[in-house]
Amino acid sequence: MSITNVFTSSIGKKYIMALTGMALFLFVVLHLLGNLQVFLGPEVLNRYGAFLQGNVELLWPARIVLLILVGLHIWSAIKLSAENKAARPQPYAQQELAAASYASRTMLMSGLIIAAFIVYHLLHFTVQVTAVNLTGKDFTKLMDAKQQHDVFAMMVTGFKQPVVVGAYVVAMFLLFLHLSHGVGAMFQSLGWKNPAHGPLIARFAEIISWFIFLGYISIPIAILLGYGSSYEGLTK
Amino acid sequence: MKLDSNIPSGPLAQKWDKHKFEMKLVNPANKRKFDVIVVGSGLAGASAAATMAELGYRVKCFCFQDSPRRAHSIAAQGGINAAKNYANDGDSIYRLFYDTIKGGDFRSREANVYRLAQVSVNIIDQCVAQGVPFAREYGGLLTNRSFGGAQVSRTFYARGQTGQQLLLGAYQALCRQIGHGNVKMYPRTEMLELVVVDGQAKGIIARDLVTGEISAHAGDAVVLATGGYGNVFYLSTNAKGCNVTATWRAYKKGAAFANPCYTQIHPTCIPVSGDHQSKLTLMSESLRNDGRVWAPKKKGDTRPANQIPEDERDYLLERKYPSFGNLAPRDISSRAAKEVCDEGRGVGPGGLGVYLDFADAIKRLSLETVKERYGNLFEMYEKITGEDAYQTPMRIYPAVHYTMGGTWVDYNLMSSLPGLFVIGEANFSDHGANRLGASALMQGLADGYFILPYTIGNYFASQKPAKANVSHPEFKKALEDAGALTKRLLSINGKRSVTSFHRELGKLMWEKCGMARSTESLKEALARIPELRSEFWKNVKVTGETGSLNQDLEAAGRVADFLEFAELLCLDALTREESCGGHFRVEHQYPDGEAKRDDEHFAFVSAWEYQGPGKPPVLNKEPLTYEEVHMSTRSYK
Amino acid sequence: MNLTLKVWRQKDAKSPGRMVEYQAANIIPDMSFLEMLDVVNEGLIARGEEPIAFDSDCREGICGTCSLVINGIAHGGQRGTTACQLHMRHFQDGQTITIEPWRAKSFPVLKDLVTDRGAFDRIIQAGGFVSVNTGGTPDANALPVAKVDSDRAMDAAACIGCGACVAACKNASAMLFVSAKVSHLALLPQGKVERNQRVLNMVQQMDAEGFGNCTVTGSCEAVCPKEISLDFIARLNREYGKALLKGATGHKETV
Repeated sequence: MSITNVFTSSIGKKYIMALTGMALFLFVVLHLLGNLQVFLGPEVLNRYGAFLQGNVELLWPARIVLLILVGLHIWSAIKLSAENKAARPQPYAQQELAAASYASRTMLMSGLIIAAFIVYHLLHFTVQVTAVNLTGKDFTKLMDAKQQHDVFAMMVTGFKQPVVVGAYVVAMFLLFLHLSHGVGAMFQSLGWKNPAHGPLIARFAEIISWFIFLGYISIPIAILLGYGSSYEGLTK
Repeated sequence: MKLDSNIPSGPLAQKWDKHKFEMKLVNPANKRKFDVIVVGSGLAGASAAATMAELGYRVKCFCFQDSPRRAHSIAAQGGINAAKNYANDGDSIYRLFYDTIKGGDFRSREANVYRLAQVSVNIIDQCVAQGVPFAREYGGLLTNRSFGGAQVSRTFYARGQTGQQLLLGAYQALCRQIGHGNVKMYPRTEMLELVVVDGQAKGIIARDLVTGEISAHAGDAVVLATGGYGNVFYLSTNAKGCNVTATWRAYKKGAAFANPCYTQIHPTCIPVSGDHQSKLTLMSESLRNDGRVWAPKKKGDTRPANQIPEDERDYLLERKYPSFGNLAPRDISSRAAKEVCDEGRGVGPGGLGVYLDFADAIKRLSLETVKERYGNLFEMYEKITGEDAYQTPMRIYPAVHYTMGGTWVDYNLMSSLPGLFVIGEANFSDHGANRLGASALMQGLADGYFILPYTIGNYFASQKPAKANVSHPEFKKALEDAGALTKRLLSINGKRSVTSFHRELGKLMWEKCGMARSTESLKEALARIPELRSEFWKNVKVTGETGSLNQDLEAAGRVADFLEFAELLCLDALTREESCGGHFRVEHQYPDGEAKRDDEHFAFVSAWEYQGPGKPPVLNKEPLTYEEVHMSTRSYK
Repeated sequence: MNLTLKVWRQKDAKSPGRMVEYQAANIIPDMSFLEMLDVVNEGLIARGEEPIAFDSDCREGICGTCSLVINGIAHGGQRGTTACQLHMRHFQDGQTITIEPWRAKSFPVLKDLVTDRGAFDRIIQAGGFVSVNTGGTPDANALPVAKVDSDRAMDAAACIGCGACVAACKNASAMLFVSAKVSHLALLPQGKVERNQRVLNMVQQMDAEGFGNCTVTGSCEAVCPKEISLDFIARLNREYGKALLKGATGHKETV
């Protein structure tokens, strides 16, 4: 038996799930902190955008690593899920899940929808495919006064579309569900939990999930309600 | 039959050491040539199977449960005695030995009991090394509690689950050997016949309870570790599956059965709630430390307990035994409860129960203290009865709990049939007429870990490892007999269910041969049992088929044996014209109701020898001679 | 009380099964659930039908033999209670009760409500023990054990191996059972010597038996008659990770 057992054993695959989950969770938190700069005005946000775009040597490795993490996370999820299905070939005629929360029972579904959302999100704001933003505008052409890519204008334009905002809110709610179970479970799966710290971890998971949910949806909703409408970059 | 107890000569304290040296050994290379069949996987069976496999014997182990971990040893709550003297309160091997002999009312074999006390200390060491989580002090060392029949604290315990933890220890040791391939385990397999070849036990016939397949298994020795026969009373604290079949079939093949009339009744069980009752549940005797036992003075008083005024209550134990009061010994308390119920003063459904009242204790100590001390027991009581014992008094009634009698064995734990060894509750040897609390676990593990593995080697040393062959005519015949019996049970197709027979037998045994026995009642039972048995064979209805899992058929086979065995139990009780330990004959009591033992005429082991169907068994007597202790009267005044 | 039962009937491991409806008449609230089934079975026998096969033995909640999923919940949903200790007073007159066996690939149905839980035995055989032979052990008090550890080990050791955790888990995972034994032995100094290979061997066997994976839903803990805590699964995960990082080999000791 060796360390490669993480790929073959049940507990090992849960480690992969938890470790990739933890890295993605950290990314989600950092991404949120970065995006919340939208409330500091166009100048700050666009400078942040230019900073990220300007470091191609870092940007691409980061993107590739993130992609691998997502890949492993999904791979372990599908693999584990298939094993779980196989473990009970004959279902119960009646089953009451004694304690399992809704979130815990729907991890695969919420996860897969979030994955689909990520694809959309990348097309929407990263690749900036005009066809998916429902505004008819080409986001790549948006430039601010400093000739940097006008991220602020892109966000405000993008989130003026109620349908798009709706999709984002739904996706963020699923992310909330996913994390409300996932953050605690990740500590459990890695064995970083004991009776003394258990309640603290549960509390942390709850608070951080709400923070992420509210933080992310605050942006499109604020824009839909009029935030940033007076930005002069929009008129260009 | 010549009964040779094979007790080694020499001073009591040196007999076992001397014997261990004198016993012949089997060369390690030869051990693997011997096959041992172990039937039963409780404390005795699992520990014996594991230890013999460690020594190098090839072991086959059988149990009727779906896993060896489920044997009924698991239900023992209280603890296990050992003469460790960790409590520094004056305990010693000799004191444990003496307490056990006295507790057994001077009807056990002295040398066996001394050996039991000797190896008791090794058991605790062994169990701790296996990882049994015994209760500990804050300093990290083991703690002890006191238990009935002793004035020292020598009982080791693991919460209220000592039996479970000890069994899991033995089960794990057994699993280790199964994993190594040294033990072949046969779960859900029940022994139906013992096979005797040229006067020696050489194998068994067993039925696979899942497929129904009946097969023969040959070995150089057969070990029965199949527990007690308490279920002959139908209602007992035993598990539903506990049965007498293995030892009874061995008896019919020539292994003498000793002292079947020694049955132990436990006073604090939850009473029967109706005819549907399938088993009885024990509650710790410690409840009697603070609870007061009473019954209404008036016959047929149906008022709720709290509406019966103080002066209309009979605190029966306090009245009859003013010095011991509610803490009178098990048998005495049990009989007192039975008496008031017989008078029609019992409480609860069917009038079979007395109150155990904590109202005074709650007043004296506060509700919190009572909760702290007995909370889990009150919870258990509420689970079963649905009553809150803090508000209304508990109802208790005695129930059959343990059987001291069993297959007769010599000092080497070998029965009167060479090659057949019997260990644990299934044998008769160590508890005499009454077992002390926390001693059953001790005996099971002593036999399995530390005695049988030595003595079986002594037997093998005088034997050639003959791969006993299942094609031998005796195996074929036994196989046919077992198959025929199964077919016969299924073919009767009468009107009454197996359970109805079992229930009727149990009721009869409880009433005529239970807590108090008389010549008259025993004769009634002896007249009725054959009638019931013959009705069984004419009118029982067993459903299903033989070639598959058939619980009705399993039960039928067991009840058929109980119907035969019950007669021997009553006969033994009738023959033993004295009262001792768990055996109380109403003709033999002192004017104050104390048991009257007759050492002059009955200081012997009754070993019954089978003579064939329809013939009365022959009584063989093994005299009990005490070299070290003097017989004295048990007094609790 | 009069009840309608919907019971899983299956002739043997190979035959398909189905839910069959029975009437349970004149049930007394003081009966245990199994005694209620006894009564139904007596009725079936009287009619010449085969009784419903179900496992039970001690009927006092400690042997772990009884194994019924009652109205969709393993052991029927009363906290800390096995089916044999569940009483009919918790049901209502006229109620319909469904009764099914444990359902898991690793616990094949043998007949009606009886399943084969041999997988649990094989997991213990793979390493759920301390490798000591009889005799030659040190004095029981030679090695002090902190009371907190000993008590915690006892919490885990209380497992009765009934399999309700597997039955209740949406993934039919055996993690609670395995974690209880791994934790019991890992918490005690006696079990620490071979803790690494033990956890690797037991988990390997658990996987080979075809149980599902833990998704931390907590259903197992909720139905466990001995209320074994989910925290032991975290401990199992920790033990397994440590053993892998240490490069421990899981192969069995040789004798």
